[in-house]
Amino acid sequence: MNSTAAGMRARGLVAEQFDDVEQQRATSQFGMWVFLATEVLFFGVLFAGYAVCRVRNPEAFLLGSQHTEIVFGAVEAGILLLSSATITFAVNLIAFDQRRWVAALLVLTALLGVAFLVLHGVEYSHEYDEHLMVAVDFAQHGPHARGIELFFFLYYAMTLYHSLHVLVGVCVIMTMATLVWRRRIRAEYPTPLILAGLYWHLVDIVWIFLFPLMYLIGR
Amino acid sequence: MSATGLHFLLPEASANAHSVDVLWWSMVGLCAAIAIGVFVVMFVFCIRYRKGRPADHHLARETLPVELTWTVVPFLIFMGVFAWSLVLYARSRTPPADAETIYVVAKQWMWKIQHPGGQREINTLHVPEGIPIRLMMTSQDVIHSFYVPAFRVKQDVLPDRYTELWFTATRIGDYRLFCTQYCGLDHSRMGGEVIVMSPKAYAGWLDQHNTGTSLAEQGAALFRAKGCSGCHGPNASVHAPDLDGIYGRIVHLSDGSTVVADDRYIHDSIMLPDKQIVAGYAPIMPSFSGELTESQVLAIIAYLKSTRPGTAPAHESTKGTYKGTKP
Amino acid sequence: MNATVLTPGFPELEPPRTFYTHKSGLLSWLLTTDHKRIAILYAITITLFFIMGGVAAAMMRINLVEPNGALLSPETYNKTFTFHGVVMVWFFLIPSIPATLGNFLLPLMIGARDLAFPRLNLFSWYLFVIGGGFTVTCLILGGVDTGWTFYTPYSTLFSNTNVILVAVGVFVTGFSTILTGLNFIVTTHKLRMPGMTWFKLPLFVWGMYAVSLVMVLATPVLAMTLSLIGLERVAHVGIFDPALGGDPLLFQHMFWFYSHPAVYIMILPAMGVVSEIIPCFARRKIFGYQFMVYALVGIAVIGFLVWGHHMFVAGMSPTAVLVFSILSFTIAVPSAIKVFNWTATLRRGQISFEAPMLYALGFVGLFMIGGMSGLMLAAPALDIPLHATYFVIAHFHYVMVGGTVMAYLGGIHYWWPKITGRLYSEAWAKFAAILMFFGFNFTFFPQYVLGYLGMPRRYHAYPPQFQLLNILSSAGASILAVSYLIPVLYLGWSLFQGARAGNNPWNARGLEWQTTSPPPKSNFLERPVVQKAYAYDEPAPGTPA
Repeated sequence: MNSTAAGMRARGLVAEQFDDVEQQRATSQFGMWVFLATEVLFFGVLFAGYAVCRVRNPEAFLLGSQHTEIVFGAVEAGILLLSSATITFAVNLIAFDQRRWVAALLVLTALLGVAFLVLHGVEYSHEYDEHLMVAVDFAQHGPHARGIELFFFLYYAMTLYHSLHVLVGVCVIMTMATLVWRRRIRAEYPTPLILAGLYWHLVDIVWIFLFPLMYLIGR
Repeated sequence: MSATGLHFLLPEASANAHSVDVLWWSMVGLCAAIAIGVFVVMFVFCIRYRKGRPADHHLARETLPVELTWTVVPFLIFMGVFAWSLVLYARSRTPPADAETIYVVAKQWMWKIQHPGGQREINTLHVPEGIPIRLMMTSQDVIHSFYVPAFRVKQDVLPDRYTELWFTATRIGDYRLFCTQYCGLDHSRMGGEVIVMSPKAYAGWLDQHNTGTSLAEQGAALFRAKGCSGCHGPNASVHAPDLDGIYGRIVHLSDGSTVVADDRYIHDSIMLPDKQIVAGYAPIMPSFSGELTESQVLAIIAYLKSTRPGTAPAHESTKGTYKGTKP
Repeated sequence: MNATVLTPGFPELEPPRTFYTHKSGLLSWLLTTDHKRIAILYAITITLFFIMGGVAAAMMRINLVEPNGALLSPETYNKTFTFHGVVMVWFFLIPSIPATLGNFLLPLMIGARDLAFPRLNLFSWYLFVIGGGFTVTCLILGGVDTGWTFYTPYSTLFSNTNVILVAVGVFVTGFSTILTGLNFIVTTHKLRMPGMTWFKLPLFVWGMYAVSLVMVLATPVLAMTLSLIGLERVAHVGIFDPALGGDPLLFQHMFWFYSHPAVYIMILPAMGVVSEIIPCFARRKIFGYQFMVYALVGIAVIGFLVWGHHMFVAGMSPTAVLVFSILSFTIAVPSAIKVFNWTATLRRGQISFEAPMLYALGFVGLFMIGGMSGLMLAAPALDIPLHATYFVIAHFHYVMVGGTVMAYLGGIHYWWPKITGRLYSEAWAKFAAILMFFGFNFTFFPQYVLGYLGMPRRYHAYPPQFQLLNILSSAGASILAVSYLIPVLYLGWSLFQGARAGNNPWNARGLEWQTTSPPPKSNFLERPVVQKAYAYDEPAPGTPA
């Protein structure tokens, strides 16, 4: 196979605006980092809102946190950390053109993502049963009811946005798995997989911050 | 004298207005000078160095000293303006200790004024000339803003919070009052007049319009009627904080922090009682949000203020207390 | 084909294969990934939005001719000024220069064949069209009456209008901005041709880079803030509602954390455009290139720290007021440096006054006036009487309309030959520019006086003593409207009847002038020659000395 710049361009591996595959890879990665920066600012608003509301309602937030399901939250954190490991292995192995291993690891990562979503869905259903579902069925009593409602408002806003990102991530990873299986992504052209890995790590990191703030503070 | 007709100068009708105007006109002058300076230079350059003129076109030498100059000099000028403005701002935020408080409740789309002596007005505010006046303001619904151009004062009025502004009116007359924070349909109709009278005329106006009960007396009546004394009174069976003389005291809260019992604290204790619980008490106080209007809360606060040691009960009497009239 | 620079003004006899003729048909435009075509798609769309926003402005100015409102009911007026603000800020001003001129010129100016992510660029345009179309539809059918600032609790608890829908529409459009900014940042970092180092970049590129930093970091904050408005309207939880223990000032802080940098999104590209035009028509390199770069980046950075100056009377603590005030004074310094440097560029030049230069000089004057009125607002003691009056309206229209719109038009005229391959009528262009300058001042200078005298903004009706100044302002607005219409006519005419432009009709410097007008699809047929920035003391590459 012709691996010169012209050859690779002829085989459709290097887009017209790039001089060579290395510039393409470096540019694409840089672009993903810039995108991740925007995601930090996006979630940052919710974290800032959480901080302000918690300062104004300290006891209510501690109480609210006690209503979350710490076992579920911890398992979800473990799942995401594990999935970050599996995707990292996949990204590293693509350099050796280990098609089957890479595809398997990617499918595993996606499954872990789906497991995360399922567990979180179960959590939401428990919260519904306990009348903690803001805007749908929320009924708490006691002096801190309003503050707890505020806590759960932020909880749902942050976890729903996070879960949306997990869902998108799962779809992207399954697409990557397919492309790897069809050899469209390989050692010669690993870029989309590297980008998917970076995105997935952000999704994981957001949960690392969410988990203590939502699940651990009252315990 | 009312502020109609074509004016290109706004009357200076408060004690601080003149110093604000001095800063204003100085800034106008400074900006005009800079603008004219730049325009003149541009104009001269455009003529002198236009295409085809045989002016000297060889390139300039070192530019750094010039650039540093016009970086540092503007910066210093701006810092000077900032410092000047700081002084004026501090003055505008610090009401004199002897300022008389008048209460304002804003709602879509009107201003409700309550004088401490119980007199009420809608969309007009009568004040005496020469006496510092502090407005304690809150809103019943959305954010409004109390603005009197002639006094150079403005302050946003927020729901469930008290904001204040102060002024000393220095010219007798009628001055426009505007709402200047967009608040919905009739925002542009939410205005009125501030009517500045001589202290004697003001006392007379207070006499004419008194309702028989001062604001603090109204508050005392509400305190009993709404059942507050049932828990907070001396013979209550419920363990509730004693409110006698509470205003201005330091309160210890259940989370270990302390707070001064000011207007906001008392307002929130009535409307949002779960927000700050006093140490050593159970959080059983019901909220009166929906049961009491903002005006009524102000009356209760006035009553509680009047129970401070050293003040005669219901000290803000129904008659004018200014400069020589008997209480 | 010989693509060396032709003698300025010498028309080409046979048009070569350009990015227009490369492929034809509607689908080839709607599915293009060519940054130049996308720029034109944006130009058409934002012109439509500008017309819509302008119609709203016309309705407001006609209404304000009479103290009791001549044209509109209070309800309709409130929806109209909301429409005007939303459309002009988000669908016209923010994309104007970056998405049209930036998209077209950035790759050309750095010697690249396209942006880093061409398909993302097309996706940005679709987000813009869908978000903008959806938002405008909701604003017209039913409308929103909160003002473009959506202050709570009015917007969350009291307004009975399409707040959530408009919030969704603007949310979507925000991602168009974010992706454009991302594309520009990455392109500038990674796709500069060999020899094009950072400090040889034209200031237009620096302007695009600085604005992209702001677009990318600030816009996500707007997206989430509007999202919270929507969620609050649904859930009534009280994050912004004081009756439920929330804080309306929290909304204002979040909103202005984005919206103040947003105004720098509107002005930084304009500064970049003007920094290209003035050196060209003064035949001099820009004065103080390095300071100009630092000023651009400095404005972008400090712009994130001054948002509280919109809230001096909102109920912030005095400490916060002082901090934001001193930072707001500080950010005036880089802007002042730029005004002085543009003026100094004229010295010892060979100045000619084609339409782009008229627009650029007009920009410098009007931006300076608008900026200085901003300086006055930075002083809390002056902001207290002036806040939320027509003084503020005059201030931001001076910088956004007298500034950005004039710079945008100047840029359109300057690069018109490059983009379209045609020359426009210089006589009509000069006339329109001068008419615009006068119409603009006629419209907005009376508003400074109105604000000083105390007329609040967002007023459908006003006390009679303000009528004369309002009539003056409305009369000026009619002149301004005409002056916007005239370029549409002669620029449109030039597309069909204008003389063909050579590669470099202005004898300018910069890589975009070393290719054909219009450029071929891949931008350059021959590798361009990188000179130092603004090499007006050297001949253009390919011409004899």
